[in-house]
Amino acid sequence: MKRLIADTLVIAERNLVRLPRSPDLLLAFTVQPIMFVLLFVYVFGGAISTPGYSYTDFLIPGIIVQNIAFGGFVTAIGLNEDLHKGLIDRFRSLPMARPAVLAGRTSADVVTNLLSAIILVVTGLIIGFSFGTGIGEILAGFLLLLFFGYAFSWVFAWLGLIVSSPESANSVGFIAVFPLTFISSAFVPVESMPAGLQWFAEINPFTIVVDAMRALWLGAPAGDNVWGAVAWTVVIILIFAPLAVHRYRRAAGR
Amino acid sequence: MQQSAASEASGGPAPERVSRATRVDGSRIEGAAISATGLTKHFGDVKALDGVDIEVPTGSVLGLLGPNGAGKTTAVRVLTTLLKPDSGSATVAGLDILGQSSRLRENIGLAGQYAAVDENLTGTENLTMVGRLYGMDRAAAKRRSAELLERFDLSEAAGRPAGTYSGGMRRRLDLAAALVARPPVIFLDEPTTGLDPRSRLGLWETIEDLVDEGTTVLLTTQYLDEADRLADRIAVIDHGRVIADGTPDELKDMVGGERLEVTLSEPGHAERAVALLAPMSEDAPVIEDGSVKLTVRRRRGAIVEAVQRLQAEEIGIDDLGLRRPTLDEVFLTLTGHAAEVDEEGEGQE
Repeated sequence: MKRLIADTLVIAERNLVRLPRSPDLLLAFTVQPIMFVLLFVYVFGGAISTPGYSYTDFLIPGIIVQNIAFGGFVTAIGLNEDLHKGLIDRFRSLPMARPAVLAGRTSADVVTNLLSAIILVVTGLIIGFSFGTGIGEILAGFLLLLFFGYAFSWVFAWLGLIVSSPESANSVGFIAVFPLTFISSAFVPVESMPAGLQWFAEINPFTIVVDAMRALWLGAPAGDNVWGAVAWTVVIILIFAPLAVHRYRRAAGR
Repeated sequence: MQQSAASEASGGPAPERVSRATRVDGSRIEGAAISATGLTKHFGDVKALDGVDIEVPTGSVLGLLGPNGAGKTTAVRVLTTLLKPDSGSATVAGLDILGQSSRLRENIGLAGQYAAVDENLTGTENLTMVGRLYGMDRAAAKRRSAELLERFDLSEAAGRPAGTYSGGMRRRLDLAAALVARPPVIFLDEPTTGLDPRSRLGLWETIEDLVDEGTTVLLTTQYLDEADRLADRIAVIDHGRVIADGTPDELKDMVGGERLEVTLSEPGHAERAVALLAPMSEDAPVIEDGSVKLTVRRRRGAIVEAVQRLQAEEIGIDDLGLRRPTLDEVFLTLTGHAAEVDEEGEGQE
């Protein structure tokens, strides 16, 4: 166990050290989320009615959840590159704890996710977002966000190990996650969707997590959403972490 | 002609070489450094390994020679615990590949044809990371990486991301990473594939230094000259089976004796020369590109005899030489096909 933690930290450090040296990746964490917030608020915002809240207040918790889910992309693409360049072979030939490569990756994502969440919140505050709750709930919101992002990093870790190239990690991930985040309460009220989509949106874990975030940051009625969101996050980790580790153990290089 | 010195050194490691038979924890390796019996591995219908036996004594170098897809990389992956065999057993540094895999991994270093270094990390960061994953603390890992960078002539580039390195530098960094924990056994999977001739020569010298320190090396290659230069013994592998095994000289002897090549001043004399030289050989001499070529039974005196026979009839000689068969010829004789180098491929492995 001690070995697992030490090795995980070494790998996490590796992934954080290399980050500032990949400018395109850094751009994806910083400029891209800001761009999306501005586009949504100023392009769609006027056309979408969100009873009880301004669109900016409505949007920020939603878009942050979407953004955090996509944070795991770095893991998918990075792992796939490591696989093809033979680094996974090197790691697997070392006497290190086997889950550490994946645990290190996903832990590094937590740091980058926090960075982009802060950037998004600051952008939101500048264009008129305001928290409707106390500091405790705000911090709980951040924790939930990072926890959910961590779960999605495991989904992407698994994805990165099963696809054939970094490019396909990118497109498969995009095709799978993009509709999931859009058919949810993240950008529009669920009630405005056609019946079939509404049914899906209501059971979509993204809706539950987004609604939980609105409860924690805006003071929206929470219902069971916060605990529901935590439960979903735990379930996602319980499914995808073992899948990813299993896949890693038999990962054939290149 | 170039063979005279090497043939005397054949049949085992050079005498000044030490053999290192201890593991990283100081315990003794009993028996061979690498020993494999009946390894098989199938990928669907493809038999990547079809009953491979390998034995590498401590301190020696085994060259696993074969074309792409022969099973070389699969053998290395099985022996380094990256892949489980379907059947068969093997030990490396006296440790079982299945039952003692984590201790085994402490005692091996692996350098691969794809130069597995992180391009976004500097040379120092790469080696320090590997050191810490071998269980060293940060300070020890840093010291060791500085030592290795110095030794591999990478000190000046130590602070630069490995992505900016040349192909040869990257291979050296990869090799250095395999040596961080001072393992007694290292595996080099096609260490010079894709390198330019100068970097290749440099890497060969580095590997030779390593061998002089007593490290046991298993090296795969599709370059016959590489196996010839670096390996004490060569196992020729084709379609997942070891089809021949011996010292480079033994393998060359399998395809027959020495070749004598005589270039005549007057190509018109070729027929006459063939008749004169025929008694020296069991097979009939052949005329190729204006030279007369024959396989001689005995090396000693062959050149003098040829000169005397030709001069007796005043046939002028421009050049003549004795050479041993190349491993290319060995491969062709053993497998019935050339050791073609297919730059794509290696997919199944």
